Amino acid sequence: MVRAAQPNTSETKDFPGASVQVRSVSHAFDNDAQVLPVLGNVTFDVPSGETLALLGPSGCGKSTLLRLIAGLEMPKRGEIGVDHVRVVGPDPSRLLVFQDPLLLPWRTVKENVAYGLEAQGIGKEKERVLQALQMVGLSDFAAAYPRELSGGMAQRVALARVLVNRPRVLLLDEPFGKLDSLTRMTMQEELLMLARRHTFTTVLVTHDVEEALLLATRILVFSSRPAEIILDLENNLSFPRFRDDPEFISLRRQSLVALGHGEEFFR
Amino acid sequence: MFDKTQFPAENVAPTAGHSVFRLWWPGVISGVTWATAFSVTALFPNHVRTPAAQSLEACEIMIIIFSGFSVLLGNMSSFSSLAHHGRRIAALGGAVAVWEVMTAKTGWLPLPFFPSPQAILDVYRVDSERLAQSVFHSLLLLIPGFGLGSLTGFLVGVAMGWSPEARYWGHPIIRLLGPLPSIAWLPIALFIFPTITAASVFLIALATAFPVAVLTASGVAIVDSRLYDVGRTLGASEGFLIRTIVIPAALPNVFVGLFMGLGASFIVLIVAEMLGAKAGLGWYLQWAQGWAAYANLYAALAVMSVLFSSVTMVLFAIRRRLLRWNRETVEW
Repeated sequence: MVRAAQPNTSETKDFPGASVQVRSVSHAFDNDAQVLPVLGNVTFDVPSGETLALLGPSGCGKSTLLRLIAGLEMPKRGEIGVDHVRVVGPDPSRLLVFQDPLLLPWRTVKENVAYGLEAQGIGKEKERVLQALQMVGLSDFAAAYPRELSGGMAQRVALARVLVNRPRVLLLDEPFGKLDSLTRMTMQEELLMLARRHTFTTVLVTHDVEEALLLATRILVFSSRPAEIILDLENNLSFPRFRDDPEFISLRRQSLVALGHGEEFFR
Repeated sequence: MFDKTQFPAENVAPTAGHSVFRLWWPGVISGVTWATAFSVTALFPNHVRTPAAQSLEACEIMIIIFSGFSVLLGNMSSFSSLAHHGRRIAALGGAVAVWEVMTAKTGWLPLPFFPSPQAILDVYRVDSERLAQSVFHSLLLLIPGFGLGSLTGFLVGVAMGWSPEARYWGHPIIRLLGPLPSIAWLPIALFIFPTITAASVFLIALATAFPVAVLTASGVAIVDSRLYDVGRTLGASEGFLIRTIVIPAALPNVFVGLFMGLGASFIVLIVAEMLGAKAGLGWYLQWAQGWAAYANLYAALAVMSVLFSSVTMVLFAIRRRLLRWNRETVEW
């Protein structure tokens, strides 16, 4: 398990976080004759090592922003940089974890984790693969096929498949959205452990206000489509964070109000 | 009432099978039906002219002995896979008895169209060499034809599933020429290709390639595109994506295509051999009919069914091996 592993300085050096620059980015989808704007002039910076949460109503364009940072799509307008170098395509230094694990069912857990290393021609590197599986606590399932895993385990494998490449920016697209609440809590804790021990920069897309407040050091709240930043919230709460901490409650209220809730019916 | 501390050792509930001997009933019935078949064959005079029945009788006796053993051993777990066929073997004995009565013993079914069981068995004694050569020649067409066709179909299918340009050009060809039975090309193939063998191989390949191409292409098209996102972010090149995602994802569909292609290739093989060739199982059928040797015809059909079924079994075994990760239930 993640908890069992000891902090290791050489490991930390393997994960130097990168800073991310998003500069006046607008994006739209061309649907037949119609143009659907999804992002409207978004600008922000993520310093190296920060955990940033992008919070907003579902379908607002947060996930599109992650795809743009990953380099899977190019923005219609504006620029995205990583360490002040313009993003022009996907790269294993910026890796995405999706809501679904999206494992390759014909590969065993071990082979799924090794996929990136093989693709980059690094070779199978058994040690690195096993180390990544250890990080997510699945060493015993190295030879299993994805169909034999539970949802939480599959998502852990997806995380290991990313971590084995020692990414500098970790992009998480509602990674715990489909997990049951207990598994979700466990994985949130594990992610915090990883983020603490390594210095990678994390951008987390979520529509769960509590998740954002528990995990992130900074929260950007987006409006509905086309997404624009409506609130930039620092979250300096120390760990462990408590859901009933007055400061936590106040931050949650601010976020909910920004999202258009908590005024009339809920407080 | 139960003893508070322990059940008394002598009060063990009886369990089935252990010490109690039980007859294995399918074995008993099989013994009876095959004994009936044997007595009909051996004890009654023939009504029509028919080859000597020694080999048939030998088979019948062997099965009777075997059934006798199975009455004692059939319940043992080590025989369970063989025992599965028990009732089928028993039914077959009855069928042979009825067949024997209707042909050799009474002549109710007219000769030469309905030979007796011993007449068909006798073909394997007299004509086994020619049959073996026919099988050999048929495989000589089938294997290269099916191999070439599946490879071509697979490559075309992957190209069409992956590249819009290949799909643009491939689609009308498949749509227009696909439904044409490939045997319809026979007259043209015969003058284009220098030998009948080459023409037949080409036609078998054609018959195989179309279903394989169509199903491979659709298999590639239904791959979850998010898997490509995963692959691309992890640093995969286009070739690597095709090798590690596109092809494995399409493989279940490819095997459906191969199964259909194999069926089509059997048809083309037999028809091509009947129409043009000088050897092979199709030619054998034609030759046997020419001599009104209907026993040979049935014997060849039996060989054909065993051969084609085995080839299909091989295909399914390969599929089972390659698709270990996928829990499919359809088996051959």
